This record gives sequence, C-alpha cells and structure tokens, in this order.
Amino acid sequence: MPDEYAVYARGLVRRYGAKTALAGVDFEVKTGSVTAILGPNGAGKTTAVRILTTLSEADEGEATVAGFNVRTHPHEVRRRIGLAAQDATVDPLLTGRENLVMLGELYQMGRGEAKSRAAELLTEFSLDDAADRKVAGYSGGMRRRLDLAATLVAHPSVLFLDEPTTGLDPRARNELWGVLATLVERGTSVLLTTQYLEEAERLADEIIVIDHGRIIARGDARQLKREIGGDHVHVVVVDPARLNDAAVTLSEVTGAHAVIEAATRAVIAPAADGVQTIVRAAQALGAAGIAVEDLSLRQPTLDEVFLELTGQPANADDAGVPAGGR
Amino acid sequence: MTDTTISRPTATVRTEPYRSRGLLHDTWVIARRGLTHLVRQPEQLTDATIQPVMFVLLFAYVFGGAIAVPGGGEYREFLMGGIFAQTVVFTAFGVALSLATDRKNQAIDRFRSLPIARGAVLGGHALTNLLKSMLPIVLMSLCGLAIGWRVHSSIADAILGYALLLGFSFAMIWVGILLGSVIATPEGVTGTGFVVLFPLTFMASTFVPTRTMPGLLRVVAEWNPVTTLSDAARILFGNPNTPVVPEDPWSIQHPIAYSVIWIVAIIVISAPLAVRAYEKSLAK
Ligand SMILES: Nc1ncnc2c1ncn2[C@@H]1O[C@H](COP(=O)(O)OP(=O)(O)OP(=O)(O)O)[C@@H](O)[C@H]1O
Ligand SMILES: [Mg+2]
Repeated sequence: MPDEYAVYARGLVRRYGAKTALAGVDFEVKTGSVTAILGPNGAGKTTAVRILTTLSEADEGEATVAGFNVRTHPHEVRRRIGLAAQDATVDPLLTGRENLVMLGELYQMGRGEAKSRAAELLTEFSLDDAADRKVAGYSGGMRRRLDLAATLVAHPSVLFLDEPTTGLDPRARNELWGVLATLVERGTSVLLTTQYLEEAERLADEIIVIDHGRIIARGDARQLKREIGGDHVHVVVVDPARLNDAAVTLSEVTGAHAVIEAATRAVIAPAADGVQTIVRAAQALGAAGIAVEDLSLRQPTLDEVFLELTGQPANADDAGVPAGGR
Repeated sequence: MTDTTISRPTATVRTEPYRSRGLLHDTWVIARRGLTHLVRQPEQLTDATIQPVMFVLLFAYVFGGAIAVPGGGEYREFLMGGIFAQTVVFTAFGVALSLATDRKNQAIDRFRSLPIARGAVLGGHALTNLLKSMLPIVLMSLCGLAIGWRVHSSIADAILGYALLLGFSFAMIWVGILLGSVIATPEGVTGTGFVVLFPLTFMASTFVPTRTMPGLLRVVAEWNPVTTLSDAARILFGNPNTPVVPEDPWSIQHPIAYSVIWIVAIIVISAPLAVRAYEKSLAK
C-alpha cells in the first residue's frame, strides 16, 4: 500500500450474529491528515475502530494501517498505533504516572525512557498535580486527558480516537481539539469517530458519514453541505414592507422560487452560481431601490446535512431512538 | 480541574517503533501491575489472608476437641496440612476473578492493542497469582506456629513440602484461567468457583481422616488429590497423619507421588485448554 495512506480500508464487513454492524465500507486516512467517522449510536464506528486496531477481525474486506495489513501483521500494526477506546481503559487502581510508565514499557521502551516520557506527558496534559494519585479519583475530564496522553506514549504514527470528547464539558473539549490540531501539525495521522458535527467539521480534513454500517456521504464539510441543498442567497431587508418586492427581485435573478421569512425580514433563494448570484442580486436590489441590511451566501449547517442524509436528527439518542452501541 | 490548559504536546512521530523486549519482560510488567492491584485492594485479599487464618483457628478450637487423629497426635498439627492444601486449591479462584475483572474493565482489550508478546497477559496473571499464593502459606505457617504446630521433619523435607504446595498452586492457576475464560463475569466466577472448589476441598482428608467417611464418599476422598496433597504435606512436615494400612488404595499409599502426578496432569491438560479458552473468549 502506498505510504500516502495511514489507513486504507476496503469492503469492510462485520456481522454480529444476524446483525450487520458494518456492511462493506471503504475509507482511508491520508498520511498526516484527520479523517472523522461521523454517525449516530450504533452506526458501526467502534466496530470499524476495533477492526483497524486489531482487536477484532472483519468478516470480509481488507485494511492496512501504517502500511501493514491488520489481518496478517497485527503486531506490526500495534507497534505503530495509539488507541483511545470509547470507554476510558486506563487502570483505575494505578496512578496516572504508573499507567503511563506501564504503557511505555509495554510499548517496549526501557523503564528509564518510559518514566521520562510519562513525566513529559503528565506535564503537557496538566496532570502534574494528580500524577501520583489513583486514577479512580480522577474527574471524567482528567481521565480523558490521561487516556489521550496514554495514546501518545510511544510516538505513534497513527492515532485512533473513538469519541474522544464524549462526556467532556465545552472547555475541556476545546482544549482537546487544540491538542489534536497540534498533533496533526507534527505529522500524526488521526482517525477519530464522533457524534458531534461541529467536532468533525472543526478537526477533520475528510468526513465519512455512516449509518447502519453504511457510508452515506463523504467529503470535507463544504462538499457535504454542497451535496445536498447547495448554497443559498440570504437577504435581510431594512423595511419589512419591501419584503415582497425583494422576493420578486430575487426570483427574477435566480430563476427560482424565493422564500420569505417575515420574522427575520429575510428572503432566501437558491444560489446556483454562488458568488455570481450574489453580485447580480446586489445589483438588482440596488436598481429596485430596496435597502438591504445584510446580503450573504449561506450553506446549510452540517446538522441539516445530517438530517437530510440519514432521515433522522444527528442526536437520535435524544430523540428517543434506542441506542444500539455497546 | 478547570484551571488547566493542555500545552502543545511533543508528538513527534517515530520513524522506527521500539524493538521487542520479549515475553519475560512483558510478563513481568503485567505481573507487577497485578501485584500493585493486590496491595491497593486489601479487601480482595481476604481469600489469601483472613480466610485461611480463620479456618486454622476455627477448626483448631471449635472442632479440634471432637476430632481424633487415628494413630494419635495433636489435631492442630494434623489440621495444618489440610488447610495448606485447601488454600492452595483456592488459588484458582483468585486467577479466575482477576481475569474476569480485567475483561469486564476492558483492560484485556487495552493490552491486546499493544505490541506485547503473545502469552504475556496470561503469564502476568499466572505470575502474580503464584506470588500471591505464597502469602497465605506464610501467614498460615505463622498462625500455625502460634497455636502449637511445628515442623518435625528435616529442613529438606520441609522445603519439599512447601515446593509441593507451590507446585499445586501453579497447576491450579491454569484451572483458574480456564474458569475465568469460560465464565465471563466476576460474579459468575465467584458463584461457580464456590460450587466447584468448595466441596472438592471438603470431600478429602483436609479436616477429618477419610477413614471415618461412608462408602462412596470415602472412595472419592481417597482418590481426591486434595487428600493426598494434605497427607503429603503432613508427611513432609513430620505432622501426625492417618497411618497407612495395606488395604489402602495406591493414592493413599503414595500421597507424594500421586500429588505430583496430579500436578503434572493438571498442567498438561488444563494449560493448553486454558490458553485456547482464553483466546476464544477474546471478543474478536
Ligand atoms: N460484541 C457485539 N456483539 C453484538 N453486537 C454488537 C457487538 N458490538 C457491536 N454490536 C452491534 O453492532 C452495531 C454497531 O455497533 P458500534 O459499537 O460499532 O456502534 P457505534 O457507532 O460505535 O455506536 P456508539 O456511538 O453508541 O458508540 C450495533 O448495532 C451494535 O449493537
Ligand atoms: Mg462506539
């Protein structure tokens, strides 16, 4: 497999009894980039991560990680990856430092090197004060930070993060995002899973949207948005009395039906030619003498994209759909 | 924790991963973790500390007066060999429990994602529990000494006695791994272990001579390795033991040899089965 890809998966299928957790998915992570797998509960995110990290085997399909086939060379894969599983798997009875030292040694570092690496990471992740306390007494955020530190012990070239910010408060989440950005800057390739559209949009170069074990869309955030709905021109008029005139003008410019949102004094119409549409709209509105407060090109939010693609809100969990995950 | 900021990590990517340090290294790292667990959870150690000491005291003082040792001698001295044997059999419990707990906490999965030698996880558990099994033997020896138990044999015999107990411990570790792999939850292990192992240690010469047992039970007890292990310990420590008569079965006539055969048989049979059951139990 070319070095171009840190992760390269083709046709992955995984069944649990009658249940198909992955129904044949293809995806890849380009070396040095971040790919996000975005999907609701039970979509198959963890299943994919477990296959790629050698914890589970695919029923069909092939995958390489860091250039090695996960099925035939699992040990070589393990030497080159870091994994933060969905449920924190740091040892609650050990201290933060003991956890990191042990992992370092199991990553085959010498004890001295493992100790200095642990100290380094504890400082970087602001865990110095808690370093010698049992993890059982850590807060959720501290545990997650330790979890992330643990994945970095042996300087992995590919990082797998299964829902890394689930359960974190917005501040801790922001911090973690900062860390991930830095990692990527330094050449680490990352595959992360998430249920948060914002997270995928913010961190990932490429987003794979999966649902029920199938990829239903892929691309960067802009492409995904464009794929459905496309851009809209969005006009806010100064005088509500001119809303109808503005709608007529916009319809003429775009050749499509313009919608009035009276509450926000807005008129919205599809912008088939993107910025060109905006320019023509501005000219036409000016010529008609309609005062405009705001004129912009808008993309649908990723939430709207998700709703469109999966037919259900992104947080299906909150909507009462039973969670299928483990 | 809110006054924290994560600084920019030194996440340089290593071009070459670390060279493997081998099975023994990895086994020791995992065993050390297990030992730390024991120290940090003293309440989990009751099966290796309070329980055997309690049995010594209970049987010595409560039943001691009512049980006569055929051939004479102090019951307290007779008792010790039996309780040593019982404790050694219970080694299986601890292994099964720690393995099931690790699976439940997904620690096993964590280890499996690491570049460690195959067998290191089981090796680590085995080593931890072998070391752990020395604790009750030492404690009980001290407790025994306090209530009047003495080693009357030679030092060489005594060492052989302790070695035999440890050997049996080691064999029971594989039974424990088998148990912990077949039964997935810590709760299940506790239940099943109790039902299987407890009667095994009572249908034996552990606390009372087999000679007083009725018909079939006596046959079972006479061939039960817990009986011969108890008897072997008594003989090697120079403690009172039921005198052997020519009508006794081979096992009773040769308790040391019979115990060694069991140790070897358990290891040869259950170690491969245990490893296979363990690997099968990993949710692939
Ligand atoms: N060990 C298992 N045994 C049986 N079914 C499983 C197992 N693991 C996963 N599944 C099923 O496979 C499907 C995908 O599960 P998976 O854990 O990959 O989802 P996920 O996208 O990670 O969900 P979540 O967001 O809840 O973590 C689910 O329907 C789940 O019930
Ligand atoms: Mg999951």
